[in-house]
Amino acid sequence: MELTGAEITIRCLQEEGVEYVFGYPGGAVLFIYDELFKQEAVKHVLVRHEQAAVHAADGYARSTEKVGVALVTSGPGVTNAVTGIATAYMDSIPMVVISGQVPTSFIGEDAFQEVDAVGITRPCVKHNFLVKDVKDLASTLKKAFYLAKSGRPGPVLVDIPKDISNMKTAFEYPSTVNIRSYHPQVAGDANLIKQAAQMLLEAKRPMVYAGGGVILSDAAKQLTELVRLIDSPCTNTLMGLGGYPASDKQSVGMLGMHGTYEANMGMQNCDVLLAVGARFDDRVIGNVAHFNSVPRKIIHLDIDPASISKRVKVDVPLVGDVGNVLTDLIKVLKSSKQKPEDRKDWWKQIAEWRSANSLNYKNSSEIIKPQFVIETLHKITHGDAFITSDVGQHQMWAAQYYKFDKPRRWINSGGLGTMGFGLPAAMGVQLAHPGETVACVTGEGSIQMNIQELSTCKQFNLPIKVIALNNRYLGMVRQWQEFFHGNRYSQSYMDALPDFVKLAEAYGHVGILVEKPSDVEGALKEAFARKDELVFLDFRTDSTENVYPMVPGGKGLSEVILAEDL
Amino acid sequence: MRHIISLLMANEAGALSRVSGLFSARGYNIESLTVAPTEDATLSRMTIVTSGSDEVIEQINKQLNKLVDVVSVMDLSDGDHIERELMLVKVRAEGADREELKRMSDIFRGNVIDVSDKTYTIELTGAGSKLDSFLHAIDRKLILETVRTGASGIGRGDRILKI
Ligand SMILES: Cc1cc2nc3c(=O)[nH]c(=O)nc-3n(C[C@H](O)[C@H](O)[C@H](O)COP(=O)(O)OP(=O)(O)OC[C@H]3O[C@@H](n4cnc5c(N)ncnc54)[C@H](O)[C@@H]3O)c2cc1C
Ligand SMILES: Cc1ncc(C[n+]2csc(CCOP(=O)(O)OP(=O)(O)O)c2C)c(N)n1
Ligand SMILES: [Mg+2]
Repeated sequence: MELTGAEITIRCLQEEGVEYVFGYPGGAVLFIYDELFKQEAVKHVLVRHEQAAVHAADGYARSTEKVGVALVTSGPGVTNAVTGIATAYMDSIPMVVISGQVPTSFIGEDAFQEVDAVGITRPCVKHNFLVKDVKDLASTLKKAFYLAKSGRPGPVLVDIPKDISNMKTAFEYPSTVNIRSYHPQVAGDANLIKQAAQMLLEAKRPMVYAGGGVILSDAAKQLTELVRLIDSPCTNTLMGLGGYPASDKQSVGMLGMHGTYEANMGMQNCDVLLAVGARFDDRVIGNVAHFNSVPRKIIHLDIDPASISKRVKVDVPLVGDVGNVLTDLIKVLKSSKQKPEDRKDWWKQIAEWRSANSLNYKNSSEIIKPQFVIETLHKITHGDAFITSDVGQHQMWAAQYYKFDKPRRWINSGGLGTMGFGLPAAMGVQLAHPGETVACVTGEGSIQMNIQELSTCKQFNLPIKVIALNNRYLGMVRQWQEFFHGNRYSQSYMDALPDFVKLAEAYGHVGILVEKPSDVEGALKEAFARKDELVFLDFRTDSTENVYPMVPGGKGLSEVILAEDL
Repeated sequence: MRHIISLLMANEAGALSRVSGLFSARGYNIESLTVAPTEDATLSRMTIVTSGSDEVIEQINKQLNKLVDVVSVMDLSDGDHIERELMLVKVRAEGADREELKRMSDIFRGNVIDVSDKTYTIELTGAGSKLDSFLHAIDRKLILETVRTGASGIGRGDRILKI
């Protein structure tokens, strides 16, 4: 039997086991929406802006091990989706975005709602396709899902012209994919793994620096086993939080621009550094020359050869999947007769750095400190919630003070730093985990970039808890202006803010205003007790608070500003 | 340092823009880029002449390999290779210049492939530097137009780029 392109599209999604599609209809995808209507296996979540569709698919993917799926129309549908696609690309999130396109015979004629979707998205996708023949549709979608989740994951766009979605052909979903030019390397090189094991055993001051690749590879278990086996401190990037339990004694917390003193000093002073699924980002190692000014051996494990020796020269490159390679590395270490070097001095040194207590802050009984809100949030949710975040100071405080012990619990935009990510991402997370506690930590600036999604949350009964740290400032911008631009707060004051409580109520949710430190815990308890409702908590926090520690841009990891320095 | 990179890629629509887009997005130099289908019509072969530090060249190779359409990449400069470029030069050829231009073309092993009473069109192949020398060797004022293909390269002997 022959099926139309639209039917084939939906059948492919069913074959892939897609549970939710996040999208927004329009002319070029009408046939596809018509087919969605006729079936129930694939559920559609109607967002209020295409950017949110992509972020929701992204949140869904980050909190599961599945591929997120978004569906948008041609022209403005695609352009609205671009920020979401770039966000997923920078953080290597597996995603398939299906976009409608004008009919093939109209392409290139500046047709109504035509944009070159493949051209516009090319620099921010892992790969993309324009389907020109309905016969290629099923195999293209199969490839899209395969590319999105294999190797270094990433978003893949499939652009489907309207006429293709209405043409008929025989349907057969391919059971396998073979792309002759694409063979990601997942197994590590045995000799290099042996070499790495030897270096780790002989190190006097080892350090494990673990990133988002650990989460993407679902390898938190292997990482934890390895770190314990080699008796090394472990630091996580912003993207890697939860990959190693933050409450463990070998954890030194997050590193980088807003990392702990012990993590950054450990990075700078170790003799053997094992980087696992992390990409030596500029926010992480600071000034490259300063980072390279001390001798240390670097072992770098990454599935993407292009990540290795990109910014920092590496001594032992381990190309492969984190889970696979760590499993092999653990085997080699366990079978070795040699025991790790004595690390007493190193741990003593770490303890000394730790005693700087770099995340300490002065709480207040007068004004709500943002750090206190996050600490209380951790307490009330027993450290076990899914936390999404927007971008700014609140994001850093959430990362620093919500001690993540499990992977896939911390969902944020690290690479692109997209304000407006938090709420739609939380929708994807909540749909993927219906019974679980999901909170979105946000700022009064960021939340307004996708606030319309409160409407989607109402329609789909998503009981997300919005934790707004409302400091009446684009706080992260204000902080940089305070430090580096002579306190000239150019356009960083958020004036004419809405009454968020009333706004939440207008969307049919519950809003709570919290102004006193003594009310913080009670308000959070009340909010989380409302299991079936979205609650918007508007915390009026100290607008002068800054994120510490801070390694200013261009400085080295040990050139850090600590809270008490000021 | 100057590098000449050869690659095989799937002969798909937009494949060329993926490569050129990669170079512009990441700020890599392109001196020249040539592309055409191979004897296997599903594959195109591209030759890119670029320059950069060792680190940059390493990244270029890796980033090219990462493109899903790219089947294989070889940095020809890593070993023995041959490089050829085709140039067509149209020159004003009148009076005494006619004889002289023919002579220069012969010296450089060129062919005069089109003749009119006022012009010659000369075809030359060789390494880029040879083509440059030819342009320097003739009177600049006589050059009406030039068109060059950019370098194509191939490894010597057993150095073969295939799937
Ligand atoms: C306001 C703000 C402040 C920030 N401050 C900090 C900060 O202080 N500290 C910090 O750490 N970050 C900070 N960031 C985030 C930073 O910009 C980067 O996004 C982040 O550091 C990158 O994390 P990562 O190195 O773990 O790499 P990711 O972007 O998570 O990349 C993952 C790496 O793992 C590899 N990989 C993927 N899958 C696998 C697999 N299966 N096997 C092996 N390898 C795999 C990929 O190829 C890639 O190289 C900040 C961001 C913002 C917006
Ligand atoms: C879409 C987008 N525009 C601009 C920025 C630059 N930016 C980074 S943080 C920030 C301020 C965010 O303000 P808010 O959400 O109130 O968070 P706060 O820093 O106050 O906690 C801005 C404007 C960005 N990251 N994303
Ligand atoms: Mg703010």
